[in-house]
Amino acid sequence: MDYRTVLTTCAYCGCGCGLYLEVLDGRVVNTIPCKTTPVNEGKLCVKGWNIHEFIHSPNRLTRPLIRKNGALTEASWEEALDYTAGRLWEIKEKHGSDSLAFLASAKVTNEENYLIQKFARAAVGTNNVDHCARL
Amino acid sequence: MTNSIAELENADCILVIGSNTTSSHPLVATRIFRAKEKGARLVIADPRKIQLALKADLHVRQNLGTDVALLNGIMQVILANGWHNQAFVDERTEGFDAFRKVTEDYPPERVAEITGVKADDIRTMAEWYAKAQAASIVYCMGITQHTTGVDNVKALANLAMLTGQIGREATGVNPLRGQNNVQGACDMGALPNVYTGYQAVNIPDIQNKFQAAWNAKLSDKIGLTIPGILSGLVEGSVKALYVVGENPMMSDPDVNHVEKALRSAEFLVVQDIFLTPTAELAHVVLPGASFAEKDGTFSNTERRVQRVRKAIEPVGDARADWEIMQEVSTRFGYPMNFRSPAEIMDEIARLTPSYGGITYDRLDGEGLCWPCPNKDHPGTKFLHSGRFTRGLGLFHAIEYKPPAETIDEEYPLWLTTGRVHVHYHTGTMTRNSPSLHAEMPEGYLEVNPEDARRLGVRRGDEVRVVSRRGHIVVKAMPTDRVEPGVLFMPFHFVESCANILTNPAHDPIAKIPEYKVCAVRLEKAA
Ligand code: SF4
Repeated sequence: MDYRTVLTTCAYCGCGCGLYLEVLDGRVVNTIPCKTTPVNEGKLCVKGWNIHEFIHSPNRLTRPLIRKNGALTEASWEEALDYTAGRLWEIKEKHGSDSLAFLASAKVTNEENYLIQKFARAAVGTNNVDHCARL
Repeated sequence: MTNSIAELENADCILVIGSNTTSSHPLVATRIFRAKEKGARLVIADPRKIQLALKADLHVRQNLGTDVALLNGIMQVILANGWHNQAFVDERTEGFDAFRKVTEDYPPERVAEITGVKADDIRTMAEWYAKAQAASIVYCMGITQHTTGVDNVKALANLAMLTGQIGREATGVNPLRGQNNVQGACDMGALPNVYTGYQAVNIPDIQNKFQAAWNAKLSDKIGLTIPGILSGLVEGSVKALYVVGENPMMSDPDVNHVEKALRSAEFLVVQDIFLTPTAELAHVVLPGASFAEKDGTFSNTERRVQRVRKAIEPVGDARADWEIMQEVSTRFGYPMNFRSPAEIMDEIARLTPSYGGITYDRLDGEGLCWPCPNKDHPGTKFLHSGRFTRGLGLFHAIEYKPPAETIDEEYPLWLTTGRVHVHYHTGTMTRNSPSLHAEMPEGYLEVNPEDARRLGVRRGDEVRVVSRRGHIVVKAMPTDRVEPGVLFMPFHFVESCANILTNPAHDPIAKIPEYKVCAVRLEKAA
């Protein structure tokens, strides 16, 4: 039996409460509030207490999908990544950098947002990057 | 936020305006309750009788979209009684005379007519806020999601500067950011006009710095915001859209228009953890990893950068979004070879003055609040101490403007939207959580009992809500949380999607749509 607790930050709202995820044999099974994080000092709201529940939802996407003959169909990472990069490249060559646009995310990490805007700006050459800040 | 969350409990007056704090930011509400226990005065300005209002010393219910008038009225009273902080105004601000001139046109009696708030209540708010030792303003989307959102925010800044309630412990103007990392996404330059740390794309020195660091030619042309991207897709000037972890098919106003835009895309990539309504329209769907499956950082609403730590391997064949992005970029012909998120943060720190001192080994304790310019800097608890970012604080003279859509004979009721405590944004995560789903499995419409009676609608009856953009069917919940003539709906539920109804008219500067006000009519569903 492999049991661990991992300190992390709640992914729901902008309070950013600290919490421990309880991990049993590779599955997140429970949430424990952290007492030493300054925002929440050992408390969580109902969303935080239940944050482990969506992680192993049967509805999670687990394989890349490509639309073939109108339907989304499972594909390998190799195929999906090559197809994605290839189509973006073709569109940039044909219609110019500003014909591409990117929506980054208030749900992914800082480092990931950084890479998305870096890709848009440095690789594609457009400032068409936005996210749901306004929503 | 200009100040930190913990400071709130030391304020002796807190004005909460346009924030349903107990639902949307529960752990900020905790601090507000603590301040109250210590004797602070709590003033709530909200059209709905939200939970916080039950604890308030004063709750005023302004008509939807009349915040500027209300705030001008408060400031008129402060000026007329000489309760403002003249020393602060003289030393720290400019533009006072023009501001004063406009504000003097808003005596409480006139404001009462516009806002529906009693003149005496306006006087009380003015006195409590201005005379407090440390007064703090807390606001959220109820202020920003208007065609006058920027005006609303400027009016709040005027109020804080006028009374010197900023730049000190437990004061300030404190926006609560909705989503967990919306602060971070902005800080990281996920905006069309700035790189990381709000460095403008059209300033040559900054452009040159990033060109050298990234070894690429960069555009100095400001990019498109979401509304511009959507209309670009419809018109054909935008051909491809790459969406990471967002669900505009539910989150954006006038969903029918969004769907048309997304269907016009020649190529739509969606990277997410669930097959959202947006992903269903994609040409390629890439499975990302949840926060439990990767390392990284989030920046909370008080600018605190905190660690996200990997607890498990990504489920199935999912991959961390930073790894996916690197793979796409490398195959596109722009190689990226970061070995870890920690290495990415090192590059961010090198290029971003406000994150300059942030490294993973320093984040292990409580995290760090930016600005944190160097490795020895302890981070910044509250902003604007001694000096504003731009030097002198600028007063804005702001006139009240009514919302973009107002009620008429055909659409005689006001509709406003918001969140509930057990759900989050478009529900992608919370509705896949059995406990949260069980708490509130479906959407509902709050309607005043008087209006419900007139229509012959009882609790749980299905009603049709119709706006100029579309209609939905939802169950009615009669409650005095809303006043007669006003309806409220949460926007988390795809089956009764509030954003089919909302008005995409947006603020001219911030481009925020007016989610908080539109005109509708209500019918009994057949
Ligand atoms: S536990 Fe609740 S209050 Fe804390 S960050 Fe999560 S959602 Fe927000």
